[in-house]
Amino acid sequence: MAERTIGWGPRSENRLIGSEVQRIDGVGKASGAAKYTADINTPGTLYAKLLTATIAAGKVTRLNVAPAEEMEGVHAVHVLNGEGAEIRYEGTLLAAVAAERPEIAEDAVRAIEVSYEPSEFFVDDDNLEAAEAAGRTKPQGENTQGDVEAALSAAKVVHKGYYGINTITHMCLEPHGSHCEFTGDEDLTVHLSTQNVSGTGGQFAGPLGIDESSVSIICNYIGGGFGSKFQAGEWGLACAQLAKKAGRPVRLMLDRSTELKIAGNRPSGFAEVTIAGDADGNITAWDSHHWGTSGINGSVVRLSLIPYVFEIENRNRKATGIVCNRGPNQAWRAPNHPQLSALTATAMDDLADKLGMDSYDLFKKNLDKTERPDVYAAEMEVGAKIIDWKAKWHPHGKGESRGGVKSGVGMALHTWGGRAHAAICQLKVHSDGTVESYGGSQDLGTGTKTIIAMTIAETFGIPMSKVKVHVGSNAYPKSGPSGGSTTVGGVSGPNRRASQEALWKIMDLVAAKYGVDADSVEAKDGYFRSGGKTICSWTQACRLIGPMPLEVQGTGPKDDGLTDQGVGGVQMADVSVDTETGIIRVNKFVCVQDCGLIIDLLTAKSQVLGGMIMGIAYALSEEQVMDNNTGRFINADLENYKLPRIGDVGELVAEMYQPDSEYDRGVIGLGEPPVISSGGALSNAVANAIGVRVPVLPMTPQRVLEALKGGQA
Amino acid sequence: MRDRKDQNESGSGFSRRDFLKGSSAAAAATAMATSATESPAQQSQSQGNVASAEARDVTLSINGQQHTLSLEPRVTLLDALRNDLNLTGAKDVCDTTTCGACTVLIDGKATYACARFAVECEGAEIQTVESLRNGSEVDEVIEGFVEHDAMQCGFCTPGFVMATRAFLNENPNASLEDIQKGLGGNICRCGTYHGITQCALQIAQKGGACSWLNERLVGDLVAKTA
Amino acid sequence: MRSFEYARPQTEAEAVALLNDHDSETTVLAGGTDLMNLLRRDLVGPKRVVDIKQVESMRGIRPIDDGVLIGALATLEDVASNPLTADYRSLLDVVDGTRAIQIQANGTIGGDLCHLPNCWYFRNGYGLLGYDNGESLVQAGDNRYHAILGNAGPAKFVSASRFAPAMIAWGARVRVIGPEPDAEEYLPLEYFYITPRLSSQGVTVLKPGQMISHLWLPSAGRKRSATYEVLQMEGLDWPLASASVSVEMDGDIVRDASIVLGHVAPTPWLSREAAKQAVGRPLNERSASEIGDLAVATATPLSNNAYKVQLARTAVKRALLKAVDKLEGGL
Repeated sequence: MAERTIGWGPRSENRLIGSEVQRIDGVGKASGAAKYTADINTPGTLYAKLLTATIAAGKVTRLNVAPAEEMEGVHAVHVLNGEGAEIRYEGTLLAAVAAERPEIAEDAVRAIEVSYEPSEFFVDDDNLEAAEAAGRTKPQGENTQGDVEAALSAAKVVHKGYYGINTITHMCLEPHGSHCEFTGDEDLTVHLSTQNVSGTGGQFAGPLGIDESSVSIICNYIGGGFGSKFQAGEWGLACAQLAKKAGRPVRLMLDRSTELKIAGNRPSGFAEVTIAGDADGNITAWDSHHWGTSGINGSVVRLSLIPYVFEIENRNRKATGIVCNRGPNQAWRAPNHPQLSALTATAMDDLADKLGMDSYDLFKKNLDKTERPDVYAAEMEVGAKIIDWKAKWHPHGKGESRGGVKSGVGMALHTWGGRAHAAICQLKVHSDGTVESYGGSQDLGTGTKTIIAMTIAETFGIPMSKVKVHVGSNAYPKSGPSGGSTTVGGVSGPNRRASQEALWKIMDLVAAKYGVDADSVEAKDGYFRSGGKTICSWTQACRLIGPMPLEVQGTGPKDDGLTDQGVGGVQMADVSVDTETGIIRVNKFVCVQDCGLIIDLLTAKSQVLGGMIMGIAYALSEEQVMDNNTGRFINADLENYKLPRIGDVGELVAEMYQPDSEYDRGVIGLGEPPVISSGGALSNAVANAIGVRVPVLPMTPQRVLEALKGGQA
Repeated sequence: MRDRKDQNESGSGFSRRDFLKGSSAAAAATAMATSATESPAQQSQSQGNVASAEARDVTLSINGQQHTLSLEPRVTLLDALRNDLNLTGAKDVCDTTTCGACTVLIDGKATYACARFAVECEGAEIQTVESLRNGSEVDEVIEGFVEHDAMQCGFCTPGFVMATRAFLNENPNASLEDIQKGLGGNICRCGTYHGITQCALQIAQKGGACSWLNERLVGDLVAKTA
Repeated sequence: MRSFEYARPQTEAEAVALLNDHDSETTVLAGGTDLMNLLRRDLVGPKRVVDIKQVESMRGIRPIDDGVLIGALATLEDVASNPLTADYRSLLDVVDGTRAIQIQANGTIGGDLCHLPNCWYFRNGYGLLGYDNGESLVQAGDNRYHAILGNAGPAKFVSASRFAPAMIAWGARVRVIGPEPDAEEYLPLEYFYITPRLSSQGVTVLKPGQMISHLWLPSAGRKRSATYEVLQMEGLDWPLASASVSVEMDGDIVRDASIVLGHVAPTPWLSREAAKQAVGRPLNERSASEIGDLAVATATPLSNNAYKVQLARTAVKRALLKAVDKLEGGL
C-alpha cells in the first residue's frame, strides 16, 4: 500500500538510487561531441581577442584603437578601460577586438597603441610587516570567548606555530567566455560558460539596455567552474557589445594567461597560532591571528570559522586582510574552508606531537567539540582501517629511513553545509510513456542530468532511457546557481516531488480505468500493480494521459525530508618524503565521506576522488607566484603553475559513509567537502614522516628542504 | 667532395673524422660539400618551397577525408580543426603545449594539435577524437572512460581519450606504472585520474585490444604507409 | 602570433638557403614544442619559419664508424626505441623522465638541444636575461628555478636542454650547418653552449642562419651512464636540477668519469673537479656523496634558490649510483 507522502522510498527497494550509474552524457563528452561554449561556431562567427594591462598598478595614459579599427577583417573594437582608467592589477582588460579570424584579431590587438603611467603596487601577501608598512592592511575583526590567558597558563602544553597556504586559481580548463549573437536589435543569445544559467540573463540585459526576457542564456556543457563562473563578467559583456557593434556572432574566450590573472582565485591564508592542551589531549585554548589576501578587495578568509570544525572554549581569533594588486578572488570550492582547515589541523597535529600523542587520538579526544562527534568517530575508524593507521603511525620523524625516504600518515576533518539551492522543474509525462524534465540548472561535471534522470526513472519505475533531461537554458524554469554543493539536492528534490505527484495522478487514471482503489496502486519495474496483481504497463497507463502531456511543476527545497544539510568527513594520507630532494609522493589517500542519501554512487565517488586530487594539487604543487619586482603573476601558464598529473596522485580511496541514519537524512551536497581537509591531512602526514613541519602549502621541494634544514639547526 | 665509398658506409655524407676535426667552438667552419649538391638551380628551387605569409589552400586528410582550407601558415592545426572544420573535440586549453587537451593522432602518433601548424600537416593522416565514434558505436577507450566515470566537466576528456588510445596502441599490455608514465602529458583539473587509470589498466589487461573503429583506422594507416 | 612565410625544404642545403633569406630573420621548426610558445608569446618574430621535418638526412639514428649518428630530427621515441642507443642509458633516462607520449613522439633531439630557457622573466617578455630598466629581475625577484652555478654575469637562467648533460657526458660532438650554403662545423657539444652577456647572443654558438644537423656519440663501449632528474611532478615537468654521468669502471674502481649537471647554470655544467675526484675510487653512497659535494662546491645560489644546491648534489650522487646499479631509495 503506497502512502501518498513526499519522500524517498525505502532504501532496500531502490533500483537505481544508490547504485553506480554511468553518466548519460558520458559518451558525448568523451567522444568530443559535447559542445561547450568554446566550441560554438554558428555561421559568421567572429573571433575576439583582448588587450590586457601589463602593469600591476597605474593609469592608462593613452589608448588608441584606431589602427585596429582600420584593419581589414576587423569588425568591431570595444574599449573596456580606456584613457584615464585606473589599473589595479595585471591583466585588466583594456580593449577587445572582433575579427574574421583569430589571427587577424591578434594582429589588431597588437596594433592598438597603449601607454601607462605606472604607480606603486603591493603584491606580497605573506609579509604582514611589509603590508603594514605599506599601509595595505585592513582589520577583519577579532573576537574572544572564555579566558584564553588563564587557559594558557593552566595548560600542560602550549604550542606556537606559523602556518600558511598560498593563493591558487581556479584554472578552469575551459576559460571564462561566451559566444554572443543578436537576432534583431533586441534579442541576444548567449552561449555562456556558466554555473548560473538562470541568473545571468539580467547581468547582460542592464548594460546592453535590453530586457532580461530578451536574453537567452545557454550552457549545455561547462568546462569547469569551481566557483568562478557565476557572473557574466566584463569579458562576457564585452563579447555582447562586440556582437552588437559588428552585427555578427562573436566568440570571446579568455586566453590561458588572462584566465589565471583575472578570472578568479582563492585567497591566501597565513596564521600565527597558539594552541594549548591538557595532559589527555583536550584542547583548552586557541589564539590565532590570520592574514592573507583576496586581491584588490583586501579581505581574508573568514574569521568565524577558525579554529575549524572544533569549538574551543577559550578562544581568541583575529584576522587582517591585505590589499594586494592581484586579480579579484572568486568563490573556490568550499570557500574559506580549505585554508582554515589546514591552519587548524596542522596546529592540532603539532600540539599532539608536543604532548607525545598520536594525532589520531588527539583528534578523537576532541570530537566532543564538533557538531557531529559520532559521525566523525565512525568515519575516523573506517579511515584508519583503510590506511592502516595503527601500523603506519609513529612519533613524528621516528619512522625508518630508506635511502633518505621517510614515510608518515596524517589526518584532518572537514564539514560543509550542502543545502539544496532553490529550483523549479517542469515535468512532462507524454502519452507514449516518455518523460521530460526541464530546469534552468547546469551540469558542472557532477552528473546533474544523470541524477535527474535517475530520480525520475526510480520514482516511475521505468528505465532511464525513457527520460529526457533538459538543463542549461534560462528559458527553462529557474534554478539556483551551482555553487556550494547545492545542485544535486537542488535538482533531485523538485524532480522527486514532481515525479511523485505525476505518478499519483497517473495512478488515479489507472484506478479509474481499471476500477481499483487508487491508494492500492503501486508502480514498479514498468508496471502498475494492485493487490499483488499486475494491472497494466507504464506505457498503457501513459496512454490514459491523452494528447497533451501531463505536466507537473516541482519546487524546492522544502522541509519534507528529501534534502538536508551538514556533513562531516575525514581524510587520511600516507606519504613518502625524499629528504634529500624534498619531493613528496602520495602513497595512499583516503577520504571517508558522508553526504546523506547518495543518488549516483559512481559520480559521487568521482566527486570525492576529484576533490582529493584538487587537494593534492594545492597541498603539494599549485600556487600563484606573484613577482615583487613587477607586480605580475609570473607563472600564469600551465608549465610553471604546477598541477598534478596522472602519476602524482597515488592510490586513492573514496569511501562513502552511508549507514541508514545517513540515507534517512535525504540528499546533501557533496562537491565541496572532499577538497577541504586534504591540505591538513597531507601536511600532517609529511610532518609525521620527517619530524618537522613544512609550514606553508604547497609543500614544494624547496619548502620541504628548507623545513628540514631549519629543523636541524 | 666526399668519395662514394665513405658515403655508402656511413649512410651519410660525413663520418666521425669530420666530427673530430673541429675541436673547439672557435674552429673555423670546414668547407665541405654535403651530400646534397649545391647549385644555383637548387637555390631557386628552394624558393619554390616557400609559402608566403598570405592564406593559401591547404589540404588536410582528417579521419580519412580530404579537406581543403584557405589558411595562413600561422594557423595551427588546432585552430583549423576547431574553427574551420568545426571538429571541436580537440580543446584549446593551455597555449603552451603542455596540457594535452588538444591531442590528436598524426600518422598514428599522439600529438598536441596546438604544436603544429596546419600547413605542416599536409600529406599526413590526422585522426581526431571524432573518429572514435560512429553513431552509437564507440571505441572501447570511450566506453571505458564512461564505465569508470573518468570525467567530470569533460573538457580534458577527448584529449585524454586520444592520448590513452595512442598509448594503448603502442603499449597494449601496459602496467599501472607504464600508464602513469605514458599519460603524463595530459592535465585534468577536476581530478579524474583515478577513473582514467582504471580504464587504461582494464583495457591493457585485455591486451589493449583495438575496437573495430580503431582497427579500421589503424588498418587504413598501415595500408597508406605500405 | 605574427604572420610569417612557411618553407618546407627537402635537403640540408635547401634548409640552409631558406634560413639565410630575409637577413636570416628566420627560424627552424621541428617538433614545435618550444617554437610555438615563443611565437605565441611574441618572443620571436621570424619572417620565415623553416620546417625541416622533410629533410631526410637529418632523421633517424644510424651507426657511423665506431659511434652513433643521431639526426637532429630524431625524436625522443626514436632514441628510446633504437637498438643503437640502447647502451646510452643516460639518454634513455631522459626520455623516461618526460612522461608524455606527445612529447616523446614529436619532440626532437635538435629541438631539445636548442630549447630556450623556461625562465619566467624571459617568457613574460623581459628578454633572455630578464632585465627591466637595467636591473636584473632575476637577481632581485623570484629566482627559485634559476642558476646556482655560472651565474655571476647577467645570465641567471638555467639551460633548458634535458639531453645536453647526458650527451656532453658521453663526449658528444655536434655538426652545425650554415650560414653559407656549404658551411659546416663540428664541435664538442660542450662548446656549443654559451653564457650570453647580451640577450641577443642567445644560448648557443649558433649564428643566424645556422642549425644543428646531427649529433655524434662515441661508441658506448664498456662505459656506463645514467641521468638523474629531480622532478617535482610525475608528469611533463621541468627538472629542478639534473645530473648525467658516464663512467668507465675497472672492476669496482672508476677509471674515467664525466659528470654534467643540468638546469643549474645558464649552460649544461661540466664538473671536471668532481669527475677527477671520482677517478680511482669505488662508487658507493659515501664516495658518490663526496663527489656530489664537490660538484656543487663553487655554487653561488641567488636569494631564493639555495635549495637547488642540495638538489644538484643529490642528482650527482644518485646519477653515479644509478650508473653502477647501486641506487637505492629516492623518490
